[in-house]
Amino acid sequence: MKERVVITGMGIVCPIGHDVQTMWDNLLAGRSGAATTTIFDAGTFPTTFGAEVKNYDLSGFVKNSTLHEHGNRGSKFVLGATVQACRQAGIDVETDPPSDGIDRERMGIYLGAGEGSVDNDVFFEAIVKGWKAQSNEMDWAKWTEVAHAGMTPYRELEQEPNLPAGHIALLTGARGETRSCLTACAASTQAVGEAVMMIRHGRADIMIAGGAHSMIHPLGVTGFNRLTALSTRNDSPQTASRPFSATRDGFVLGEGAAIVILESLDSARRRGAAILAEITGFGSSNDAFRVTDMHEEARGAVQAMQAALKDAGVTPEQIDYISSHGTSTTENDSIETLAIKKVFLEHAAKTPISSPKSVFGHLIGATGCAELITCVLAIRDQILPPTMNLHDPDPALDLDYVPNKPRKASVECVMKESFGFGGQNNVLILKRFEP
Amino acid sequence: MKGRRVVITGCGAITPLGMNVPETWQALLAGRCGIDTIKAFDPAGFSCQLAGEVGPYKFRDYLPKSYRKASKLMSRDIELSIIASDEALKDAGVTTQAFDPDHITLRPERTAIQFGAGLISCDLVELAPSVAVSITDGKFDIHKWGKAGMENLTPIWLLKYLPNMPACHVGIIHDIRGPSNSITCGEVGGHLAIAEAADIVARGDAEMALAGGCEAKVNPIVMIRQCLLKRSTSVSNENPEGACRPFAADAAGSVFGEAAGVVVLEEFESAQKRNARIYAEILGTGSSTNINPAYEHLEPDGKGIEIAIKKALAEAGITPDDLDLIIPQGTGIPQDDAAEAAAIARAMGDMVESIPAWPIKSMVSHTGAAAGALDVIAALEALSESKIGPVRNCDIKAEGCRLNLRHQGQERTIRSALCCGYTFGGQTAAIVLKKLEGYA
Repeated sequence: MKERVVITGMGIVCPIGHDVQTMWDNLLAGRSGAATTTIFDAGTFPTTFGAEVKNYDLSGFVKNSTLHEHGNRGSKFVLGATVQACRQAGIDVETDPPSDGIDRERMGIYLGAGEGSVDNDVFFEAIVKGWKAQSNEMDWAKWTEVAHAGMTPYRELEQEPNLPAGHIALLTGARGETRSCLTACAASTQAVGEAVMMIRHGRADIMIAGGAHSMIHPLGVTGFNRLTALSTRNDSPQTASRPFSATRDGFVLGEGAAIVILESLDSARRRGAAILAEITGFGSSNDAFRVTDMHEEARGAVQAMQAALKDAGVTPEQIDYISSHGTSTTENDSIETLAIKKVFLEHAAKTPISSPKSVFGHLIGATGCAELITCVLAIRDQILPPTMNLHDPDPALDLDYVPNKPRKASVECVMKESFGFGGQNNVLILKRFEP
Repeated sequence: MKGRRVVITGCGAITPLGMNVPETWQALLAGRCGIDTIKAFDPAGFSCQLAGEVGPYKFRDYLPKSYRKASKLMSRDIELSIIASDEALKDAGVTTQAFDPDHITLRPERTAIQFGAGLISCDLVELAPSVAVSITDGKFDIHKWGKAGMENLTPIWLLKYLPNMPACHVGIIHDIRGPSNSITCGEVGGHLAIAEAADIVARGDAEMALAGGCEAKVNPIVMIRQCLLKRSTSVSNENPEGACRPFAADAAGSVFGEAAGVVVLEEFESAQKRNARIYAEILGTGSSTNINPAYEHLEPDGKGIEIAIKKALAEAGITPDDLDLIIPQGTGIPQDDAAEAAAIARAMGDMVESIPAWPIKSMVSHTGAAAGALDVIAALEALSESKIGPVRNCDIKAEGCRLNLRHQGQERTIRSALCCGYTFGGQTAAIVLKKLEGYA
């Protein structure tokens, strides 16, 4: 007998709010999180703006925040999100021993988490001092001298993408199955999906699952700018993320963390935890096409969507809403629309689709779980979040993208999709919990 | 495992000890060491100047003609994973589109790919010319970087360093379209990728999976990080072959290296049906986490490892009496070795002194995300050939270490083997493998 898997807690730290309700209110109001970049001086970069998490104070969430003071931005964001989610689910944090009655060996962690930034000043200084331009080679002795003097062990260690999961273990005492993955923009959707599978097949009773990422740093923005993946609408950051619009010109880089508490129905009932939604389907695929482009016929996306529907035992007409990957890049929004048409056939035009990235930006590894949380809220409040900035519809994209304002709707069953750079596609199905 | 039975039918590796599994295995049996002074860059200023480096290889030989142009998108980690995958699939007797497009036996949508990958550090020599045009008064100038510096960099620069790229490229080369994940759990990523792939096959989401890990740690940034964290040995630069000394009284730190290891997992019935050679069955896996604010080290009692081992044994439905081999992480970092040995001792009870333990990093070096895959491959060969190599560089055991570490190689029946591992950052893992009589 497979276990049913439900959500019993949620937490978020993102550009439009440091808690779930604030994020939701801002999303429904279409209040963008984008603005001129302040984390570093991006003044001459092709893209000078992003969606930053601002005025975030870890000590507002974590009592012993000095334990985590070296944490990278992702680690610090994910601690705040985890505290919120655990509080809602009735899981003790920062208590040893905990009094919530939960067996820590049956409570695990699965994050889709990104790497931390390099230590920029010393990183670049060491190259400047070490590089011999005449001979095009590195003087390693010189490089090493600068690097050794300037780099600090913890700052270096915190660049590793598995550190956020380590911080959560320390915060919660979770000792169950633990993993961290990084499949680019699909990472936290994949983390939630695999965590669901762990509970379904008895490996854990509770999983703290989600994502954390910040790539708003010089090398991160450089990488995306070189790929021409980012919007360069520098004169209007707040309208730059415009998924499915004819004038879309790239995504808006955001940052943040999102966590859901996944739990077997049995465990949730035993503990008397309030159930927020049920996750009933997960589908995962690999494009196996090109690392630079999505498959032209949306092969991988279609396969993942179909696998998720099959896993959930539902048909396309039972899906009330699709929370899209909707990045605002030319390619994604076209291919994603094609994939929806191929899977949903005549139901495609009748199924509302929207992209929260139009408001909070693209949180990269953390984005899938952040968007999953908006799906739970859509079911809770019977309202669909809008795709903002959709004033110039792309004639080739003719589905219902819930443009510019939220919409009341009957929402029982939702599909959440995420597609990663390189071709990893992950899709979840969730629905209102019915006993 | 719950669900379908999962077996391993192919192995591939490229390591400091050899360009493939047979060479690596023979070196391990002979107790040879692949650690030497770093050649990839001049390590003179480093406290540890040693590494396990892979010998020269002709990468083009491993790429189908139609995909050779993509080699400019590949970091060394990706190259190593492609080479090891090529061997693993051939060893399993699977024909992919890369081998013979007219006789493909791999089923693309029913095959998964899960790799453990490290934080792929950028190539400083590639980046330096861009930095060099971004200097004002001898200092890095981000305004210049945002224009001239950035423009100097290849447009696809980022794609070389995303940790999911090894699985992406291998998936493209062999047309693998099932579930795909990249486990970024530092030095236990290889173990965990294999464990997750086993779950995917067991639950029926794929009938075959390519799984393992790759990491090219011989990069100045990665190496200096280990020096700063005092995880690498600083006392043995004149004696590379004696440098890495897992569980030894005179251990002084680890030596890092580069490798890839890949195995082919398969549903038992489908392997039987095609008369595949079966190395072993994956009987159980487990993972947990170490809780220690000093993220670079294990907690002193190694409890996270003990939990992972106990879970894996419980799932396997066996007890320590059934084990004939343990391949521990055994890094040569004294406090971590002590914690790991203590955890294994508690999980094994009195059996700890009789089950042979065989740490291999004294020979192959610590290859990060590849390490778990190499451990599993060593265990598979040991199960198949009923042989264990010598424990190298552990002349006198560290005080309190109860592991059974033998200086001499031995021939003995090995029914089941345990591989366990851990990483900085906390995650731990264990995998139990069992020999299937009559299928080797």
